[in-house]
Amino acid sequence: MNMEYVKELLVLLIGSSLVSNVVLSQFLGLCPFLGVSRKTNTAAGMGVAVIFVITLASAVAGVIYEFVLVRFHVEYLKTIVFILVIAALVQFVEMFLRKSMPSLYEALGVYLPLITTNCAVLGVAITNVQKEYGILTGIVNGFATAVGFCLAIVILAGIREKLEYNDIPGPFKGMPAVLLTAGLMAIAFCGFSGLL
Amino acid sequence: MSKAGERLYNGLVKENPTFVLMLGMCPTLAVTTSAVNGLGMGLTTMVVLALSNMIISLLRNIIPDRVRIPAFIVIIASFVTVVQLLLEAYLPFLNKALGVYIPLIVVNCIILGRAESYAYSNPVIPSLFDGIGMGLGFTFALTCIGLVRELLGAGQLFGLDIFPDSVEPIRIFGQAPGAFFVLAGLVALQNYVRESRKKAGKEYEKIGSGCTHDCMNCKDSDGCSKRFYDEGSGRKAGGKTKQENAAAAGNGKTGNGSAVNMKAGNVTAGNRETRMRRADK
Repeated sequence: MNMEYVKELLVLLIGSSLVSNVVLSQFLGLCPFLGVSRKTNTAAGMGVAVIFVITLASAVAGVIYEFVLVRFHVEYLKTIVFILVIAALVQFVEMFLRKSMPSLYEALGVYLPLITTNCAVLGVAITNVQKEYGILTGIVNGFATAVGFCLAIVILAGIREKLEYNDIPGPFKGMPAVLLTAGLMAIAFCGFSGLL
Repeated sequence: MSKAGERLYNGLVKENPTFVLMLGMCPTLAVTTSAVNGLGMGLTTMVVLALSNMIISLLRNIIPDRVRIPAFIVIIASFVTVVQLLLEAYLPFLNKALGVYIPLIVVNCIILGRAESYAYSNPVIPSLFDGIGMGLGFTFALTCIGLVRELLGAGQLFGLDIFPDSVEPIRIFGQAPGAFFVLAGLVALQNYVRESRKKAGKEYEKIGSGCTHDCMNCKDSDGCSKRFYDEGSGRKAGGKTKQENAAAAGNGKTGNGSAVNMKAGNVTAGNRETRMRRADK
C-alpha cells in the first residue's frame, strides 16, 4: 500500500465526514436526523448504529457490485439489488446481534430497524458506484459519511436539549426551530469547505 | 370518472404530499435549488408513483400480506431503474443535475406510503389516478419551493434574470442551509394554519394515509422504516384495513376507506409509541 493511496483515503475521510456532510449538505438521512435527536444519548446510539450499518453495507454492496453485477454485466440492476441487500443485511445483523452479542444488541438493537430505509445507506452504496470507488475506498467513504452523520446528530441533539427551555414564538415551536438550528449548523459546516 | 377526479384533487390539494403530509423531505430539500430541477424531480417521481401504484394494485390479491413491503420495494425499484435509464438516454442534463437522488426515489416515503395505504387496497384505475394526483401535488410543491429558492438565491426564474444587476441575490438560499430555512418557514406556516383551524373548531388532522401525523411532527421514532417488516398487531391492522377497505369500495363509499385507514394507523402508532419509549430510555 503506497503513501499516495493512504493520502487519498485521508482526504476522502475528511471530505465525506466534514466538507460534504451527509445530512447538512446532501440531505440524506433527514428522517432519523430530525426524528431521533431529542436526547443526546439516544442520538449517540443512533449515530453508532448508523456507523456500524453503513460501513458494513458499503462493504457488502461493494463486494456484490464488483463480483456479481459487473461480472455478469447487469450493473443496471444495482438499485434493486442494493436496497434488497441492505434490508436483508439489517435484518441479519439484528438477528445475529440478538443471538450472539446480547450486550451490543441492548445498546444498538432498537436503532437497527430504523436504519433499513434510511436513504443515507442506499445513498452511500450508490455514490460509491457512481464515483467508481474500489471496495476499500468505498468502505472508507461509507465509514466517513456515517461519522459525519453521527457528528451532526449528536450536535443537533445537544442543541435541542438546550432549546427545550427556550421561549419560542408559537408557530415556530417544535420542528421549525429544529430546522432553523439545522440550517445554522449547515452554515457552520460550510466553513469546512476551506479544508480541502 | 368522478372518482379519478376526486383522487387528483386529493393528491394536489387535500393531502398534498409536501405541503400537508410533509413526506419525502430529503429530495424536496436536495433538488429544489432551481425550479427546473424541482419540476424534473417531481415529474420523475410522478411517473414512478403512478406506475408502481398501478402494478401494486393489479397484484394486490397475489402478494401475500407478510412479504408485501419487500414486494412493493422490488416493484418500485424496478420502475426507478427503468426511469433512470430513460432519463440517461433522453434527458442527460436532468439526470446529471439530479444525480444520486434519482435512484433514491426508491426510498421516498411518498411512494411506499401510497402503496401501503392506497394501492394495496383499492382497484387499478383509482390507484393510477391516486399516483398521478399525488405525483402532481409533489411536482407542484417542488416547483414552488424551487421557484422561491431560485428567486431568492440567484435572482432568476426558470433561468431568466428577474432582478436588475444592482440587486444582490441572497446566495445562501441556493445552497444547503437555505433549504433548511425554507423548510422551517414552510412547517411554521403549516403549524400556524393548523392552530388557527383548531381555534376555529374545524377539523385539523386531515391525514388519512395510515400515519396519524405528518413526517415533520412524527411522534414515532421508528419512522416509516419500521413498516419494512412490521410484526404482530401492526400487520393484523393492515390486513383488517384491506378487507374493510374492499368492502367500503364495494359499497362505493370512498370516504369510509380513509377513516378506517386512520383507525388502523392509530393502532399501529400506539404500538409504536411503546417501542419509542423503550428507545428513549
